[in-house]
Amino acid sequence: MTPETLKALTEARAAKRPIVVATKLPSGEQLLLPDPTAPADLAAAATKALERDESGTQIIGNETWFLHAYNPPLRLIIVGAVHIAQALVPMAAHLGLAVVVVDPRRSFATEERFPNVTVSSEWPDDAMDELKPDVRTAVVTLTHDPKLDDPALDRALKSPAFYIGALGSRRTHARRVARLKELGHTDEVIARIKGPVGLDLGAITAPEIAVSILAEFVAARRNGALAPKQPEKQAA
Amino acid sequence: MTTPDSDDILTTAAAWVAQGEQVAIATVTETWGSSPRPAGSQLAVTKSGRMAGSVSGGCIEGAVAEIAMKTIENGIPQLMDFGITDERAWEVGLACGGKLKVFVEKLS
Repeated sequence: MTPETLKALTEARAAKRPIVVATKLPSGEQLLLPDPTAPADLAAAATKALERDESGTQIIGNETWFLHAYNPPLRLIIVGAVHIAQALVPMAAHLGLAVVVVDPRRSFATEERFPNVTVSSEWPDDAMDELKPDVRTAVVTLTHDPKLDDPALDRALKSPAFYIGALGSRRTHARRVARLKELGHTDEVIARIKGPVGLDLGAITAPEIAVSILAEFVAARRNGALAPKQPEKQAA
Repeated sequence: MTTPDSDDILTTAAAWVAQGEQVAIATVTETWGSSPRPAGSQLAVTKSGRMAGSVSGGCIEGAVAEIAMKTIENGIPQLMDFGITDERAWEVGLACGGKLKVFVEKLS
């Protein structure tokens, strides 16, 4: 890889622009996509690689190309600067996620409790309107307070976010479903919410609950096969 | 949050280049069967012996690092095959029975 290519690639990634490194095999000739001067079939293959978030080797024309897709990091929006969020943030960062914590209660969302994290003190609906969750965004609500959780979930359900989770027992979740219906969401749309959030690991401590949330998140991202949650089991 | 992606080997490799290290990067370009790491997985190697990332579960990293040293020396990229149909794979022990191609290039 030439210094110019490495520099352009590094800049694109720092600016969170999706980019593909196309390497012709076996010669090693490289170009970065998107590029208006690139051949149309190579450009189309690069677009597809980014959409599928999948790198791989392809025969294009009569040439072999390795397309390495670099998408910006997946985002995780956490609503509620609570104890579980403190455990969730560093683990999520370790998975490579760009994390934003939203909580208008300033005593919760402090720099001391959340060092080196983007914290928004807006109300969750305003924060979500600003953050604009996309297909590469996950949203998890942790406050237990309908005043904070509901507006975030309302906006999340109106977005294409790929993972939406809400902390709270089955009974809490049933009441939440009723409230979201009043806001005009259908059962089918509300079913996108993982509630109670996380895999049923029997987690008790905050770090354990964070593991269960991130485990479910990974399964959602990778289309992992999961056994359905046990509806009859008493939830915490 | 600025914590680096734990799988982001290119950033590590670029930082090494900036420090004046001579660096080669190996990338899985294609896999068949039960190869442990998907296409796009990377291993960065410096002439001074630093390593980051992986291209398999640890089965072929030693062999890839050797090839990387040659690529650092002569600047010539290499496309390598590892797998059960390959004599060399038996030697380096790709025990999973998978097959993969690895592209090794110098970062300059």
